[in-house]
Amino acid sequence: MSDPHKRSLLKLAALTAIAAVTLAGCGKKEEAAPAASAPAAPAKAEPLKVAFAYVGPVGDGGWTFAHDNGRKAVEKEFGDKVVTSFVEKVPESADAERVIRDMVGQGNQLIFGTTFGYMEPMLKVAADNKGVKFEHATGYKTADNMRTYDSRTYEGAYMAGVIAGAMTKNNTLGVVGSIPIPEVIRNINSFTLGAQSVNPKIKTKVVWVNEWFNPPKETEAATALINGGADVLMQNTDSSAVLQTAEKMGKRAFGWDSDMTAYGPKAHLGSAVINWGPYYVKAVRDALEGKWATGQTWWGVKEGAIDMVSVAADVPEATKQKVDAIRAGLKDGSHVIWKGPIVGQDGKEVLAKDAVADDKFLGGINFYIKGVEGKIPGGK
Amino acid sequence: MLELKLEARPQPSRFWSYGSPLLALALTTALGAVLFALLGKNPVQGLLVFFWEPVKSGYALGELMVKATPLLLIALGLAVCFRSNVWNIGAEGQFIIGAVFASGMALLADRDTGRWIVPLILLAGVAGGMVWAGLTAVLRDRFNANEILVSLMLVYVADMVLNYLVYGPWKDPMGYNFPQTKTFELVTQIPRLMPGSRVSIGLLLALLGAGALWLFLFRTRAGLAQQVGGLAPAAARYAGFSSRRALWTALLVSGAAAGLAGALEVAGPIGQLTPYVPAGYGFAAIIVAFVGRLHPVAMVFSAVLLSMFYIGGELAQSRLGLPKSITGVFQGLLLFTLLACDTLINYRLRRSAGSH
Amino acid sequence: MESYALLLAATLNAGTVLAIAALGLLINEKAGVVNLGAEGMMLCAALAGFATVVHSGSDWLGFAAGMGAGALLAALFGVLVIWLNTNQYATGLALSLFGLGFSAFAGIGYVQAKLPERVQHHIPWLGDIPWLGPALFRQHPLVYATMLFCAALIWWLYRTRAGLVLRSVGESPESAHALGYPVRRIRLLAVVTGGALCGLSGAYLSVVYTPLWVEGMVAGKGWIALALTTFATWRPSRALLGAYLFGGVTMLQFHLQSVGVDVPSQWMTMLPYLATILVLALISRNPAWIRINKPASLGRPFHPGA
Repeated sequence: MSDPHKRSLLKLAALTAIAAVTLAGCGKKEEAAPAASAPAAPAKAEPLKVAFAYVGPVGDGGWTFAHDNGRKAVEKEFGDKVVTSFVEKVPESADAERVIRDMVGQGNQLIFGTTFGYMEPMLKVAADNKGVKFEHATGYKTADNMRTYDSRTYEGAYMAGVIAGAMTKNNTLGVVGSIPIPEVIRNINSFTLGAQSVNPKIKTKVVWVNEWFNPPKETEAATALINGGADVLMQNTDSSAVLQTAEKMGKRAFGWDSDMTAYGPKAHLGSAVINWGPYYVKAVRDALEGKWATGQTWWGVKEGAIDMVSVAADVPEATKQKVDAIRAGLKDGSHVIWKGPIVGQDGKEVLAKDAVADDKFLGGINFYIKGVEGKIPGGK
Repeated sequence: MLELKLEARPQPSRFWSYGSPLLALALTTALGAVLFALLGKNPVQGLLVFFWEPVKSGYALGELMVKATPLLLIALGLAVCFRSNVWNIGAEGQFIIGAVFASGMALLADRDTGRWIVPLILLAGVAGGMVWAGLTAVLRDRFNANEILVSLMLVYVADMVLNYLVYGPWKDPMGYNFPQTKTFELVTQIPRLMPGSRVSIGLLLALLGAGALWLFLFRTRAGLAQQVGGLAPAAARYAGFSSRRALWTALLVSGAAAGLAGALEVAGPIGQLTPYVPAGYGFAAIIVAFVGRLHPVAMVFSAVLLSMFYIGGELAQSRLGLPKSITGVFQGLLLFTLLACDTLINYRLRRSAGSH
Repeated sequence: MESYALLLAATLNAGTVLAIAALGLLINEKAGVVNLGAEGMMLCAALAGFATVVHSGSDWLGFAAGMGAGALLAALFGVLVIWLNTNQYATGLALSLFGLGFSAFAGIGYVQAKLPERVQHHIPWLGDIPWLGPALFRQHPLVYATMLFCAALIWWLYRTRAGLVLRSVGESPESAHALGYPVRRIRLLAVVTGGALCGLSGAYLSVVYTPLWVEGMVAGKGWIALALTTFATWRPSRALLGAYLFGGVTMLQFHLQSVGVDVPSQWMTMLPYLATILVLALISRNPAWIRINKPASLGRPFHPGA
């Protein structure tokens, strides 16, 4: 047979094979089996299968690491009543939907999606699998079988601010910002509010790296902030690069997401640690006891979801006591961070005197308060 | 003493032209099994996760096609480029800008817009990809700037353009300030091939593209001119083929293909423009193109193979507890072994009685 | 004023990472081989260097390990490209992709590791000069070593016989072969040396610049180093200056943010890449200029006896 003919036959055969296989496959109904879960789990030994989708690697020492610690807390609490599993480095893209569907297909009854970008994929999978429960972190859309949860990281930022305001020698603070979403802007503002409460003269500079996790860039950003005059740094990025840079250049900084003391013993002032354990344990308990219902949960210091830990020894005693008082006040509700009068960068009041910001206000913050320098990327 | 020697063949071996990718795959599989064993996992189970699980059900096959479609489309365009000696490494950037243009078109739709918006969205994606590739072409044509470096730099620029748009002008006003556009209206959704699966008509477009490319490369004068124009400019000039036209055609075609893939992705499985649209397909497609030896039919298979590696890598996490980066290792291994095995096409291994 | 001194210092530091790799790639290309695998080599070397320092506590051992990793990968590349005559561009790409995946995979256990305390360097007396001191004299020894190396390389390439041989292999391997020089071995040596330097650059990144390991941390610096060799029209002094320029633009975007310049940060992040494209276009515009400076056999395989 001559070459061109052989090639044509080969091509025809290949295309036919692919078409046949695809059509045959698509003819079947979707395989993902939504196991209907009993509303009240009877006292039988079938363990609850819980799955976690992580956006980063569990070893990142930051965001994902904190979530995985929460998962481990669940295992510790419930023993053989649960079987947990996780998939890490799931991108916030079309791949997420496939991974989450696969989790459902593997028989998981409770699925945690630990980053904002999973919102739309989870909604789609939730709509197709009404018997499975979905928990989405830091999002805002819910469904009957999907609810959201978040941590009041701004309370940690506020406490850091109090310490920073007391420790700065030149009243210039710096924040390495990750992505300019409301959560991060709120943290920058809260950090500033905390500092202003002990030292009204401070100003906060912000440098954005436009990523959650990029140690070389975080290093460069931290260097630029220090070169620009900041002597106390905070970050909303997820690696220890900022703290390490401060250590190298003889300035002070805070840890974020987890306790980062070891990465910069001389520079470390305290770490704002997110603790997902309490919420994850509650969520699993809800599912086990049939009490699971949709909603939006936002836990803070009060519920043990965020805390300022490992405060440095050279922080003045008075400041440490103030932080303890704030912590206690947040726990019993007597201390409110976002209470007016609060003024925006342009001088206009955003919160009237004695007015208390509600969660809706807090959730949509897209402005800097007075004392923060610069403009929000892409913002007004 | 016996030595192995490489001896040039009088003409390239037809057997090894087909056999080399298969041998490379076999080697990669073998090395993979060794790797699994070294990591303390059952090698058979490991191989099953990579080669069987992604195809074992209709849903799984559908997901495989969803992943393979953009890879194949982009690879088809890259094949035109590489065959013409134009090294377009920036397909990822063309993919992004294609997605951006397509999103721009999709955002114009409202609930009552007719289905006619869908082809417009796809065309917008094609246009976007062509514009971006055109930048590389201009810089190479007018300024002689190396297209590898320019196209690569433009990937980073494209990513920042995307970021700027979703954080700024195109941000969903109802989206609590999160960086993403609003979800596109349902009417803009790329039609699915069949219910219950995410496979879209993009797959058909990709397969049609493969057929069209085959015709172009092997049956038309223009295709011949394209390849000669790129590979041997002096000979081309003599034969009346323009190497400048070859350059522009190569880049515009691959830009169009990558842009179309971007449009399908953003108006298909994702349904909005987010900062996470760049998924690395532009780079993975380079591997697809090479493993498929730049041949349209073979690239269909290599796109499926690479998709299996991707999906297998995901599944390996939940099934075997293996880290995600194992996918990258496999892909790299495949490419290396392929390059090594390709030597057999032009060279023969000969044992020779050593004489120094 | 002080902040500009510090900006200069940061520029030198950032530029050194690029410069070491660029000079290594330049040696490669002078011999006629283009190694697109720079990114992969740098990543594997960064991991090797970091891991070595974690286990041994010695920075210099870490640098050596990085150089070794780079050299090893380059040797693999060299054998494929020089003896098996595989396509240089494709093989280099394969190396990049493989290096990315492999380093991510092998480095999993090191993501949370930390290194022993990093020392702040300070040249006595010189480092105390106002403004110039902080700007120039408080760098890691490798920063100065790189400048010295560049000078040494220029001398070696243009003033020694060995350098001449290397350059002629790059210009016309056939003639060099006819003259009896072992072209392939010389090319391999150049490739391995280039790889070792890329490795040093990677190790510097993970041990000194950002003392952390995270997958993909090279983040495109390998590709930029490749661009720099073209940008520099294959002259070491220009490669060094280009590296500093690029390092400066990278630091500048954060510096501008920190002093409150009102430009969206995304445009700032684009600056280094746009700058590279611009300079590439300007430099390449004159084809004669390129032809004079570019090693004539760059990218083309060599067949002895062909």
